[in-house]
Amino acid sequence: MNDLVPSTSPRDMTWARRKQALARVWRELRHDRAGFVSLVVLLGFGLVALSAPLIADRSLLLAAAGRNNPDLASPSAQFLLGTDDIGRDVLAQLVWGSRVSLFIGIFATVVAVVIGSVVGLVAGYVKGKVATVLLAIDEFFLVVPFLPLAIVLAVILGRSPVTLAIVIGITSWAGSARLVRAQVLTLSERAYVERARALGAGTWQIIFRHVLPGVTPLIIANATLIVPGAILTESTLSFLGFGDRLSPSWGKLLDGAQSSGSITLNAWWYYLPPGLCIIAVVLAFTLFGRALERIFDPRLAGR
Amino acid sequence: MSNRYVVKKIVGALLTLFAVVIFNFFLFRIVDRDPLTKYRGRSKLSLEQRETMIRRMGLSGSKWDQFVAYIKSTLQLDFGRSFDSTRPVLREITDRLPATLILVGVSTVLTICIGLYIGAKAGWARGSRFDRVSTSTTMVLYATPEFFFGMLLLAIVAGRTGWFPTGGLRDVGTNNGFVASLLDRTHHLVLPSLTLTLGYLGSYSLIMRTSMLDTLGEDYLTTARAKGLKESDVMTHHAVPNALLPSVSAIAISFGFVIGGAITTETVFSYPGLGLATADAIRNTDLPMLQALFLVASAAVIFFNLVADLTYGLLDPRIRHSI
Repeated sequence: MNDLVPSTSPRDMTWARRKQALARVWRELRHDRAGFVSLVVLLGFGLVALSAPLIADRSLLLAAAGRNNPDLASPSAQFLLGTDDIGRDVLAQLVWGSRVSLFIGIFATVVAVVIGSVVGLVAGYVKGKVATVLLAIDEFFLVVPFLPLAIVLAVILGRSPVTLAIVIGITSWAGSARLVRAQVLTLSERAYVERARALGAGTWQIIFRHVLPGVTPLIIANATLIVPGAILTESTLSFLGFGDRLSPSWGKLLDGAQSSGSITLNAWWYYLPPGLCIIAVVLAFTLFGRALERIFDPRLAGR
Repeated sequence: MSNRYVVKKIVGALLTLFAVVIFNFFLFRIVDRDPLTKYRGRSKLSLEQRETMIRRMGLSGSKWDQFVAYIKSTLQLDFGRSFDSTRPVLREITDRLPATLILVGVSTVLTICIGLYIGAKAGWARGSRFDRVSTSTTMVLYATPEFFFGMLLLAIVAGRTGWFPTGGLRDVGTNNGFVASLLDRTHHLVLPSLTLTLGYLGSYSLIMRTSMLDTLGEDYLTTARAKGLKESDVMTHHAVPNALLPSVSAIAISFGFVIGGAITTETVFSYPGLGLATADAIRNTDLPMLQALFLVASAAVIFFNLVADLTYGLLDPRIRHSI
């Protein structure tokens, strides 16, 4: 490519436009206090999750690791957040738990967003029987209480973190399918979609090349709002007995704290930190998602 | 409200319930090919007992035969026997239903009243101090898993002060008279219902606040003000009723979350209702119980949605007088 002549191919123009849009989002986010602070909090948690092996050795999670330590010891210089009921370091579990909780939360969201977007796009663009069936399935997943549904799915499909993430994804896509569909319905009436159709574009090409880019901001904002729900669901399922005690998520830590009687024993270092971490991350994701929503949809500003 | 609207909503609810029944069969009989492998005591079963169990659980014959048998027994409310207690599932459920009904009922009424009040007031005075304080509080409530509330309440109010019992439905051995027993049960109900209320207050009040914001710019409010009505009358007689309408269906959908919340809340307080039964069934992989509990939870939510739809029809003159 010649460096001296500014490139003007459609592809480059599109990318230039997208870069501009991204810069605008970043500018507005910097001025949105709640959104910016929550982004910083999330990056902090992300950093801790990524550097878990540097902070605490993984072997500290093993049941044998606590053999020589006092059980339910209060915080000290050696154990900054005390020990659990089998003598394991709580801080190590908390740090490694951030990995499990964030991984399941984000992976579940990816599953939900993919299902929700595909169903929403297809149900919105293709009309007729296919749309009716998809909407009926969507309605089913909206009405059926999601926690009992997640429970029966997890019992049958398995209890590993990946399965849990898939199960949570399966139970939380219905709302976003609705949103995407509504947006697609308005977009597909727009002139540029009509133009593409007149030029002979096929259904899938229109959906993915012309309609999808239009709904992407909405999908991103919506995804950010699914993550907190997924993290809460994960903590609930773990609290109820799913998940792995040797690689505990924050919810699993709360389960351990509850079943070991740490509450009546006043072992606050065992149950407070994981609960507060869940609240912080869920709150940060919610505020960040709402900030994105405000930026992408100016009608919501001031709410 | 026309009969056609009512019939349409009832048929819709029944169809959804039927879909849940089919889904149950699909999950517990087709995805899970041999449910008996999850039965813990299976190694001790003789061949004969195994055969009996297969027959009793409706696992013999082709998938179609199984399906017919399954539909038949479901219609007769026969859900088989619990893997854990070996008592009929239906008995287990009817025994524990009242406790959960009271817990969920009390919490739902409290949540709706307090949540709608806070949401309406915050939305009406958008940007005011009340709005800022209540919205940030409800956001934190919304972000907190309800069982964590339960654990905190247990630690602070029950553990440290001993003002409230730490769990159960009633004190064992205190059986002196109706009033005393009622007081005792209420005493045991306070913390679980407070937990559930705090857990779902946030979402209800946020729903109502958004709904209130949507009505703020409407012309009928300007008209009401132009008529010279006091600001408080404009709010209670014109803004709130219109804001309530869209919240009705959103609240019905949130009811599904309260049902989920009952599961963990009952676990924290060892409150012997359907929620604790669900938690026990998970730990014991008690498939017949889980299957029936899922059906009961879904039926409750579907019923609540139907009530909401019909209420909506009554409240909204556009539906009440149409067709």
